[in-house]
Amino acid sequence: MKAGVLDVARLVIARDLRLAFRKPSQLLQPLMFFMIVATLFPLTLTPEMSRLRDAAPGVLWVGALLSSLLALEFLFREDAQDGTLEQFALSGQSLTWMLFAKTCTHWLLSGLPLALFAPIAAVGLGVPGEAMWSVVASLALGGFALSLIGAISAGLTLGARRGGVLLSLLTLPLAVPILVFGADATHQAIIGGDFGPPLRMLGAIAVLGVTLAPLAAAAAVRIGLE
Amino acid sequence: MATWTWFHRFGSPPWVYGFARRWAPWFGGAALLCMLIALYGGLVLAPADYQQKDAFRMVYVHAPAAWLSLMIYTTMAVAAAVGLIWRMKVAHAVAAACAPVGAWFTVAALGTGMLWGKPMWGAYWVWDPRLTAELVLLFLYFGYMGLRAGIEDQAKADKASAMLAVVGVINVPIIKYSVEWWNSLHQTATVMQMGKPKMDFDMLWPLLLMFVAFALYFAAVLLIRLRAELLRRERTASWIREVLT
Repeated sequence: MKAGVLDVARLVIARDLRLAFRKPSQLLQPLMFFMIVATLFPLTLTPEMSRLRDAAPGVLWVGALLSSLLALEFLFREDAQDGTLEQFALSGQSLTWMLFAKTCTHWLLSGLPLALFAPIAAVGLGVPGEAMWSVVASLALGGFALSLIGAISAGLTLGARRGGVLLSLLTLPLAVPILVFGADATHQAIIGGDFGPPLRMLGAIAVLGVTLAPLAAAAAVRIGLE
Repeated sequence: MATWTWFHRFGSPPWVYGFARRWAPWFGGAALLCMLIALYGGLVLAPADYQQKDAFRMVYVHAPAAWLSLMIYTTMAVAAAVGLIWRMKVAHAVAAACAPVGAWFTVAALGTGMLWGKPMWGAYWVWDPRLTAELVLLFLYFGYMGLRAGIEDQAKADKASAMLAVVGVINVPIIKYSVEWWNSLHQTATVMQMGKPKMDFDMLWPLLLMFVAFALYFAAVLLIRLRAELLRRERTASWIREVLT
């Protein structure tokens, strides 16, 4: 029986959410990692708020990128090991669509919480209160794009024995545009400038990611399953 | 019909092996010849630049290396796509042979750029968009080679790295564009001529010839690497025995 696409997405998302909430440590680890990275910068750079404020976009975005790389490890690996991805591929449903649903869930569990927690780190970095909404918005949108790009490299590294460093090596160059526009949006928000254009560019990258990344991720996962 | 049989030969490892063995010395010889003429033209015949004096002669190594670094990436991606679409083993071997050469040309472009930057800009490195994009390109090459080395199974490694090369091709223009945008925001204080100044023909022809020489050199090295790659991949095939004895 062929289920409707929305049913498929709902099932995949519900499954992944249920699994994630049964293992809360996996959920919290990237968040804690992000907070620790954000704490290290004042300790190493300077405790002076005015100088930290200049560095804040960089700290937030590098932290978000590193933490999303950490979370990417959990995106496909376990499901590939226990055969779930094979069942996905054999189910007769569109693998592209299922992986897209999976990637969205991954963002719900890593990118979105990180964006919501970012203000705590941002306060410590001297980001003014009125800039918080745009910091959250840019990190949430950028995190979505990072999850999509990351899904490709996570799929590609399925065949490799050790994912870790290789995953970062593949993802980081591809993530350069997201980092550039994301950090710029945050920077503009902090100095009270116009953060609309970089945020829109970030949105454009996310849209491009939605259209192309799931296709590439599905092809990559198929290669890994062969 | 005749053209198709010609095309299909490139799918056959023994034929390509023989082709590579026959042609590599010719490409290598032509590269050497062009390189010597271009060097003489560039270092002796071309007049010194009115602004940069003799230091401008670095361009004869730097610019062709930078062009080649991009051209080889494109070659690699096209070969990877051919391998992915038509499932040609030889195409994957070509892509695999391209990557280290491309990475070295990228290193050469960056290295000569740094040496050139010191006397011209007063610093080995500035975060200029072209330099940054070239550096990211180097990381892409590293990622490609890392992925290839990380996957044990040959067929899987071929396909996965081919996917990465194709994804990279879509992303390279976006990276380039975003890096340029990023640089225009953080305007640096370097005095640089971003527009290409008109070049005198005496200066230009050695540059173009050097580009041809580098391309021929790439072809020669690619064919040699391709032979090694084919020998490694087809080590259990019977034609290897015939070729090597």
